[in-house]
Amino acid sequence: MGRLFDFMLPEAKSPTAESTDALFHFINEVSLILLLGITISIIYFAIKYRRKSEDDVPPVITHNHALEITWSVIPLLICLLIFGWGYSGWLNLKSVPDDAYEVKVSAMKWNWIFEYDNGAISPAELHVPAGRPVKLVMKSRDVIHSFYVPDYRIKQDVLPNRYTYVWFNATESGESHIFCTEYCGTDHSGMLAKVIVHEPEEFETWLQTSGSASVSQDPVEQGKNLIAQNGCQACHSIDGSKGIGPSFKGLWDSEETLADGSTVKVDENYIRESILTPQEKIVKDYEAVPMTSFQGLLDDEQISAIIEYIKTLK
Amino acid sequence: MATAEAINEKTLKVQRFKPSDNPSKNFFTEERGLWAWMTTVDHKKIGIMYLVAVTFFFAIGGALALILRTKLLSGSSITFIDANEYNQLFTIHGAIMVFFVLVPSIPAALGNFILPLQLGAKDVAFPRLNLASFYIYVIGAIFTFIALLANGIDTGWTFYTPYSVESGTSVIWITFGVFILGFSSILTGTNFITTVHKLRAPGMSWGKMPLNVWALYATSIIQVLATPVLAITLLLLIMERVLGIGIFDSTMGGDPVLYQHFFWFYSHPAVYIMIVPGFGIISEVISTFSKKTVFGYWAIALSSLAIAFIGFLVWGHHMFTSGQSAVATTVFSFLTFLVGIPTGIKILNWLATLYKGSIKLDTPMVYALSFLFIFSIGGFTGITLGALSVDIHLHDTYYVVAHFHYVMMGGTLIALLAGLHYWWPKMTGKMYNETLGRIGAGFIFVGFNTTFLPQFIMGAQGMPRRYYTYIDQYAAFHITSTIGSYILGVGFLLILYYLLHSLWKGKTAPANPWGSRALEWQATSPPDLHNFDHTPVIINGPYDYHKPMEEFQLGVAEEHDHH
Repeated sequence: MGRLFDFMLPEAKSPTAESTDALFHFINEVSLILLLGITISIIYFAIKYRRKSEDDVPPVITHNHALEITWSVIPLLICLLIFGWGYSGWLNLKSVPDDAYEVKVSAMKWNWIFEYDNGAISPAELHVPAGRPVKLVMKSRDVIHSFYVPDYRIKQDVLPNRYTYVWFNATESGESHIFCTEYCGTDHSGMLAKVIVHEPEEFETWLQTSGSASVSQDPVEQGKNLIAQNGCQACHSIDGSKGIGPSFKGLWDSEETLADGSTVKVDENYIRESILTPQEKIVKDYEAVPMTSFQGLLDDEQISAIIEYIKTLK
Repeated sequence: MATAEAINEKTLKVQRFKPSDNPSKNFFTEERGLWAWMTTVDHKKIGIMYLVAVTFFFAIGGALALILRTKLLSGSSITFIDANEYNQLFTIHGAIMVFFVLVPSIPAALGNFILPLQLGAKDVAFPRLNLASFYIYVIGAIFTFIALLANGIDTGWTFYTPYSVESGTSVIWITFGVFILGFSSILTGTNFITTVHKLRAPGMSWGKMPLNVWALYATSIIQVLATPVLAITLLLLIMERVLGIGIFDSTMGGDPVLYQHFFWFYSHPAVYIMIVPGFGIISEVISTFSKKTVFGYWAIALSSLAIAFIGFLVWGHHMFTSGQSAVATTVFSFLTFLVGIPTGIKILNWLATLYKGSIKLDTPMVYALSFLFIFSIGGFTGITLGALSVDIHLHDTYYVVAHFHYVMMGGTLIALLAGLHYWWPKMTGKMYNETLGRIGAGFIFVGFNTTFLPQFIMGAQGMPRRYYTYIDQYAAFHITSTIGSYILGVGFLLILYYLLHSLWKGKTAPANPWGSRALEWQATSPPDLHNFDHTPVIINGPYDYHKPMEEFQLGVAEEHDHH
């Protein structure tokens, strides 16, 4: 059904979006009618009652109780209707169905990492089955972020000190944008991801194959995957281009000048320290944006794998 | 140049004076020189100094906005500023426009000048405190400039934790600057409340106060009650950064959402600190240029107070997606709709004032009527954002950016322009070029809507705010918006030009160029150093346009005549 303000909204791809959209349209249409009324009155009065002579003596109209009560009560009733409508739609957004498929979400500067029930991990891509409710259990590793999918009309802040939840039900296979909508620093606008909706069987296949890359045995291969999964490349390039942090290319065994003027040789211990306590030794010209610590997020074996991988980037 | 005329009123012989049109003595001609200005306790001079300061900051904030919009002509191919610089620019734009322009603009600049004149007082209740508040503002500004020159600031004007705790920029300097600035606001509020209670001229009952005074009174109450909370919040933030106490930072056991509660407990009422004085100006201008008594005087006066009160109870509507409790979210949404009602009532009262009036579309009136249109859109979209399910979709997108610009810029700033053009002859004794004035108002109206209407659409389409880059589907909206901002820029330059031009070349303003019945127009233009020759006695209301002008002229009983 076409509505006047359809052009304002993206296509709705989750059933809960329908109630939201219906209310959005209702408010806009009522507002437009009232705005037209106000505008036409202004123009009509300005022409009809334009000043004809400086000696005009307009009538004294101080108030009119019937009129004033009418124009107070009617908007109040409309507002109460909108409140109730918005509230019931919001309850739907808050009530997660029991059979929802759960995905864990880590937000960090500046990437999204999704972890599935079988331990599979996918950075910057959220893979979900079509036609099944999906519940996201979200936590931030640093500052506040916010998870937003315009196509589903859902948004929830992601906090460092508690879990927050959001759910949706993607009706058809396809892709939708994920934005971060809580300002989080330098690459806030680059903190993008995609929801990729698969047909249910296709999703199972994906989960068994692509998602399980993290259990690779080769340390170099494992390190490469870890760097991708933890979003390191948002700041550290692997091709030598200058990013928010130093590039990994040619880093190994090099001599770096630190912010305090001293120098340090990049060896195993320096990389380990930079991952666990990044503020200790910051390379010159990279002081502006503090890196998030990975203490507790990467174990010793994983750090070793990352070091092995960085060694190969000559 | 008093034209004496005896009127028999009861048994008292009164000699009335038409205020002289071109006074040889006024507050500009007395106490001259830089030092006299810097140490003045005259509310008019202090008001003008505020006006100059606010204009200066508005120019900076506006220039930053144009740089931001120019960058946003393209998502990724325009890179004359980098992401960190972009983040700093939008932070500074917001902080300057909110704290240094919008909050002090109408109360401290225009209000300072007009309030005592409208009350028939010689000055505000505490003239020295008034001067002190100006210097506190200046000191706050100095701290802010130190912050900008040191490491800048990149947290957004809201200083959300934990980002602001770990940011490498000068968070302490700027929050301390805003902390100091708050005291300027508190002192102005205290001063105005006392002035309204104690210094009304004989006969000026509460029911005969101009609605502008009611609006400033309601604003002052919010300033005094809300600003200390901001001060405490910023102090806690500074302590967190300096001393490492864990109030907001979760790594030290604090809660970042607590900061948001504290911050919006001030910053939502602050929205009303910015807009309520605008309501006052619009009431004055619409009545004057319709030559008609304001419809629903008490409804407008008391709805300002209602807004001031309910405005304290809706801060949580900035936090629907923050993870605050479901009960809080529901209650805040409900109260948000209640605060919309008194605002809607005002709009309809102003419309009813136009009905059967004698309407003249001079520049201040053109601004007032465009205020009605633009502010209505700001109000309606506020209802949209108050609706819970819809806000989840729109929160922190350009829809919100468009909404608060429609309220803050389309509301407060256009009301300020209406007031500035309305009282300019009173303040300076000069008339500006009326044709250029209307052309300027046209530029502002067209430029404003071209800039911000597309932002509603792209926001509803999903474009998040505070983005340095964007995906291609939003490009057309961004480009249109940027073109609109250039039109706005031209409009403001034009206004600056003809206002400055009028100071040197403008025609001499008569005492009452608009034929208003309000008291300030019975003082000369510009007013005398002590505003009135004699303490005025108020007999008629400020909007009694059905009574002849002579009844509003000030006078003295004949027995005491020494003219």
